Amino acid sequence: MILLILLGVPLFSAVVLAFVGDRKFAPEINILGSAATFGAGIALSLQVYLHGPIIAGGKFFFVDAFSVYLAILTSFVSMTTAMFSRGYMRREREHGRVGKKGMRFYHAMFQLFISAMLLVLLTNNVGVLWIAMELATLSTVLLVSLYRTPTAIEAAWKYFILCGVGIAQALFGTVLLYFAAERVLGAGGEALLWTNLSMVSDKLEPTILSLAFVFLTVGYGTKVGLVPLHNWLPDAHSEGPTPISAVLSGLLLNVALYALVRCKVLVDGATGTHQAGYIMMGFGLLSILVAAFSLLRQKDIKRMFAYSSIEHMGIATFAFGLGGQIATFGALLHMLVHSLTKSSIFFTVGHACQMHDTQEMNKIKGLFRSNPLVGWGLMFGVMAIAGMPPFGVFTSEFLILTATMKDAPFLALLLLIGIGVAFAALFRRVIPMVAGPIPSIAKPLKAAHVPVILHLILVLLLGLYIPKFLAQWFHSAVGLLK
Amino acid sequence: MSIELLAQINKDFAALILLTSFGLLVQRRIYALLLIFAWQGLFLSISTAIVGFVSGMHHLYIAAILTLVLKVIFIPYILHVLIHRLQIYKEVENLTSLPMIMLIGIVLVIFSYHVTAPIRELSTLMTRSTIAIALATVMLGLLMMITRSHAVTQVIGFLAMENGLFFAATSTTYGMPFVVELGVALDILIAAFIFGIFFFHIRNTFDSLDMEEMTKLKEED
Repeated sequence: MILLILLGVPLFSAVVLAFVGDRKFAPEINILGSAATFGAGIALSLQVYLHGPIIAGGKFFFVDAFSVYLAILTSFVSMTTAMFSRGYMRREREHGRVGKKGMRFYHAMFQLFISAMLLVLLTNNVGVLWIAMELATLSTVLLVSLYRTPTAIEAAWKYFILCGVGIAQALFGTVLLYFAAERVLGAGGEALLWTNLSMVSDKLEPTILSLAFVFLTVGYGTKVGLVPLHNWLPDAHSEGPTPISAVLSGLLLNVALYALVRCKVLVDGATGTHQAGYIMMGFGLLSILVAAFSLLRQKDIKRMFAYSSIEHMGIATFAFGLGGQIATFGALLHMLVHSLTKSSIFFTVGHACQMHDTQEMNKIKGLFRSNPLVGWGLMFGVMAIAGMPPFGVFTSEFLILTATMKDAPFLALLLLIGIGVAFAALFRRVIPMVAGPIPSIAKPLKAAHVPVILHLILVLLLGLYIPKFLAQWFHSAVGLLK
Repeated sequence: MSIELLAQINKDFAALILLTSFGLLVQRRIYALLLIFAWQGLFLSISTAIVGFVSGMHHLYIAAILTLVLKVIFIPYILHVLIHRLQIYKEVENLTSLPMIMLIGIVLVIFSYHVTAPIRELSTLMTRSTIAIALATVMLGLLMMITRSHAVTQVIGFLAMENGLFFAATSTTYGMPFVVELGVALDILIAAFIFGIFFFHIRNTFDSLDMEEMTKLKEED
């Protein structure tokens, strides 16, 4: 029941918002809908916390520790993003960057996107998971091109085509998975249920599953933004509206990685080797290094943070590939804190861009003085994302590094180089933006306080203390994924 | 008719699907591409119906009808309308190094046979010999998207890939569970609407549907 509410609320809000259109109170309805989704998310997680994993709807839905923490994260960040987008999109509307139709479309698609991502997390059927993943892509394609500028349309087309191609490979992987499953579980919908598959994973044909995993990695890896499949990501992040960049970076990448990790569990069970892990480690490490060095060359602020997202998804992918208790725990925590930090950074970046009417970092200056919340928010956000203590990203990266040093010391060196270069690249760019006098082009702006501060406080708290329920979820997820 | 004969006929249709894939790869006129794509859909639909008859899986009939409606009638019709409305039915693409593309295509087919070898060994279905062709169709669609720069052509490549995937599902497992197949069809339908909208956006912004014009987003140095 609660599952249907959780999925239904954003879907219902999407329909309502499609009718409300460009009316004055549309952003408020958007916030209300997202808040209700978050409420349902809390209720669901309480149920999982008290009674353990849920299987419902004729085994169609399955929620365990791994999916529930991502579901609540998704609903939370979508709520704060809706709060941020209220002021942000109003200003874009006033400046004529978005039209009447654009606003209607934006709000409806935002909610549909959230609903699709939640379906990915809650479904038990690996095939439906693929469908929901594709739906999440399709609902954001036209949001990326919302501004109708040539670059925005180019970015959206790239996103559409590249992710379409990628996700097609994942479908082929799913077909192969079904082929292997059918031989054990018999034909029909039951054979694609993750709970059934994980129970018999050791009986699945290993050659087929390792072949399937290659296709699944290429497919879902494209959506995670793993190098060399990442080409769409910086473009889509830099050309779309900033609230969309925040949810793409903070949520969609996580959800895609979730899909990949779910499949990895099955493949590991079948092959009994570490082969799938090595593939993920390779892709992860490559992403970290390429993204870190690309960070150095960026001039566009949103593009830079898009590369930072690639780097962090690389770290999480690498850690899941490495496996073991500590690394997996670190990866789970990393997905959580990266999502919170990166979306808060995009909130402040969005404000900064609106104040200066540009995304070029050279022209953004003096944020501390012109708007202390934006300036300090960006500063703390970057400190957190670069991995400085006492923020949560430090904790997760530290855990991952420790595990790497124990299992693969040489790779720890590469990992450290990646993190170090990213650290330097980010600070080299951010210090000039926040410090110094106020430039003449800067315009005053009323920033959204709540989302930025809330996210940063949560990241700080997670660096200092991990609450009991979260630790319990992480431990049971680790037990599942190990 | 005996099962063996039907299996033979099914293989013939698989060969025709492969042939249309190569046709898509080298055809330069937009409108002709659309016709080839519709033919491919038709072959796919008939092949699915045959597999459904032989295997006794009746949900494959529905899948065949779905393919017929969606990929032979609906999407080609939408593209037809769009091509007329955008007045590009006479457009011809520049395609250099055709022999090279053909050669790469052939290599991809051989590669597909190699990759799917373990599946053919394990499978007991009468369609097991067409699995490689299904993967080859996916790969050729991918190649087409890489080598072409026209928006409409890229979309046809994308849809041809989807055809290949559908064919793969039919030949490896007699089709995916029905929920999944329905969902995939829904996704394709939504995608069709999106690229329809896109064509107009691209046309209005760039005055052309040639993606070669889109080169603004690059890494700056």
